[in-house]
Formats: sequence, structure tokens, C-alpha cells
Amino acid sequence: MKFGVLIFPGTWSHQDFGHVFRDVLKVDWGYVWHKDTSVAGYGCLILPGGFAHGDYLRCGAIARFSPIMDAVIQFARDGGPVMGSCNGFQILCEAGLLPGALLRNDSLQYRCRWVHIRAESTETPFTRTVRKGQALKIPISHGEGRYSADPGMLARLRANDQVIFRYSTPDGAITDEANPNGALENIAGICNESRNILGLMPHPERASETLLGSEDGRLLFDSVLDHLVGVR
Amino acid sequence: MLEAQIHVTLKRSVLDPQGDTVKSALATLGFPAVEDCRVGKFLVLRLTERDPARAKRQVEEMCRKLLANPVIEDYVFQIHEVSE
Repeated sequence: MKFGVLIFPGTWSHQDFGHVFRDVLKVDWGYVWHKDTSVAGYGCLILPGGFAHGDYLRCGAIARFSPIMDAVIQFARDGGPVMGSCNGFQILCEAGLLPGALLRNDSLQYRCRWVHIRAESTETPFTRTVRKGQALKIPISHGEGRYSADPGMLARLRANDQVIFRYSTPDGAITDEANPNGALENIAGICNESRNILGLMPHPERASETLLGSEDGRLLFDSVLDHLVGVR
Repeated sequence: MLEAQIHVTLKRSVLDPQGDTVKSALATLGFPAVEDCRVGKFLVLRLTERDPARAKRQVEEMCRKLLANPVIEDYVFQIHEVSE
């Protein structure tokens, strides 16, 4: 099982993911350049955070047209697990792989700090080793993370159990104070209807070893490893 | 030559904290008569297409596919003749 970490011009979290795969999990992984056209050989794709194509026009708007995205979309349609974190989440929304959009934080300020996110559903390849209701301590680092969806989309997200994470207090209470960006209903992460694509604003790769203050993010990677062994 | 002028703004239903901040700055400056402010984008495209009807269709498609995100944004545009 090999993790593929995508790099667009302006991506900045790829090395953190690489570090987790190489030094913490000690699994097979590789970088995938945005001008590549194939993801053959990879079992899971990661779209890391950063500012792909300078975030010009809108976050993720240009990245969705990078040559690699056709292969990513096909991989996802075939059921392959795909995770987009931060800017990766924005790209997945712009590409139409996830519903909704991410807007400027309501504070208008960049937020870089620890948050807690409560697992609302464990029914994705990335959350199967997480306990439902568990509050994970994972940092955020973004200026445009206010999740937004129209009422129809929100109704479908709820009906299909597609809200995976909400910003919460450390003990799992969903409050306005725990919401760092004004996201609709404290939404921090969602999946697609087929449940194989996860987008979240927080950075699990920055919380995968105790030295960094939390290893809760590691649960997402352990989950997908567990899932893919099960698939085989 | 044809030129397209495109305005992209957040939908009415979408909170625009930037617009709210500009509005309160204007009030602080002594312009309390501003009831609402929305901040958007203005794009100007010079087109090699010379037929206005075809240009309109193309710009419409550009807006739908890239220049605006239909989930959160509205767009309006005008196409007019400009000197080369």
C-alpha cells in the first residue's frame, strides 16, 4: 500500500505528510507532481495544504485544472480513498468532488492554532479506528476555512451522514466559541456520498506524534491502512 | 475588438465579513448612510472573438466553469466594443 502525496505549485504541507509516512508510520509513499497524468500504483491519495497556484481567483480554483486532477477524479470514482486537508479540501470542493465551498474566516484573520474536532461518523476509510463522538486534538492553519453550503446541500449532507468532523470543545461539545472560522454548523470535515473522499480543514499530519503535542491525527492514517488491508 | 467586463460577488445568502468590515470603516469615517457593502471581483477580458453573440456564450461558459463558483457567487457581465 503506497500513499501518494500531491504537490501543486504553492503546496506547503507535502513534506509534513512525507515525514509522517516515512518516519512515523514507516510506510511506502511518494510524491505526485501536478503535471503528472497517472496515479497508478497508489492506494491512497493525499491533497495537502498550502496555496496551490497562489490561491489566485479562489482557493483551489486553478488547481482543479492541473493535469493530475483527471487521474485523481478517476481514482476517486473507482472508490480509491482520497484525503484533502486544508487547501486540499478547498481543491476537492472546487473540483466538484465534495459539495460546498470554503470562504474567508468570519474573523477575516488567519487562524493557526490547536482545535478539537468531534468525529460525527466513523463510516469512512479515514475514520474507522476513531470512536464516534471522540474529540481529536489537531491544529488548523488557514485564512479561508469557513465551510458554506446552500440549504439543499446541507440537508443532503445531514441525511447521508456526510458531516464527519465538527469543531468542538476538548470534551466534545459543539459551541460557537469552539468554531474558529464561522463554519456552517461547526463543520470541519465532510465526505462525499460514496464516503471514500474526505475533506477537512485541520492538519492531521501535524498531529501524528506526541513530540508535536498530539498524535490524534495519526488515527486517520491508521484507519486508511487498516481499511486497505481489509480491502485486500 | 470586444471587451468583457465581469463582476463576481458573493451571493446575497452568503455572509461577507469583508463587506461588513468595509461598511463599519465607512461609518467610522463619517459615512453612516451606507446600509450594506459587498466586496467582489472585477475582471476585464479582451477578446479575439469578434462576434458579440458568440463572445457572450463564451464568457457565460467561462463564468460558469472558472471565474465564479456557483455555490457561493453570482456574476454579471457586459460585452462592448473597444478600440484595438
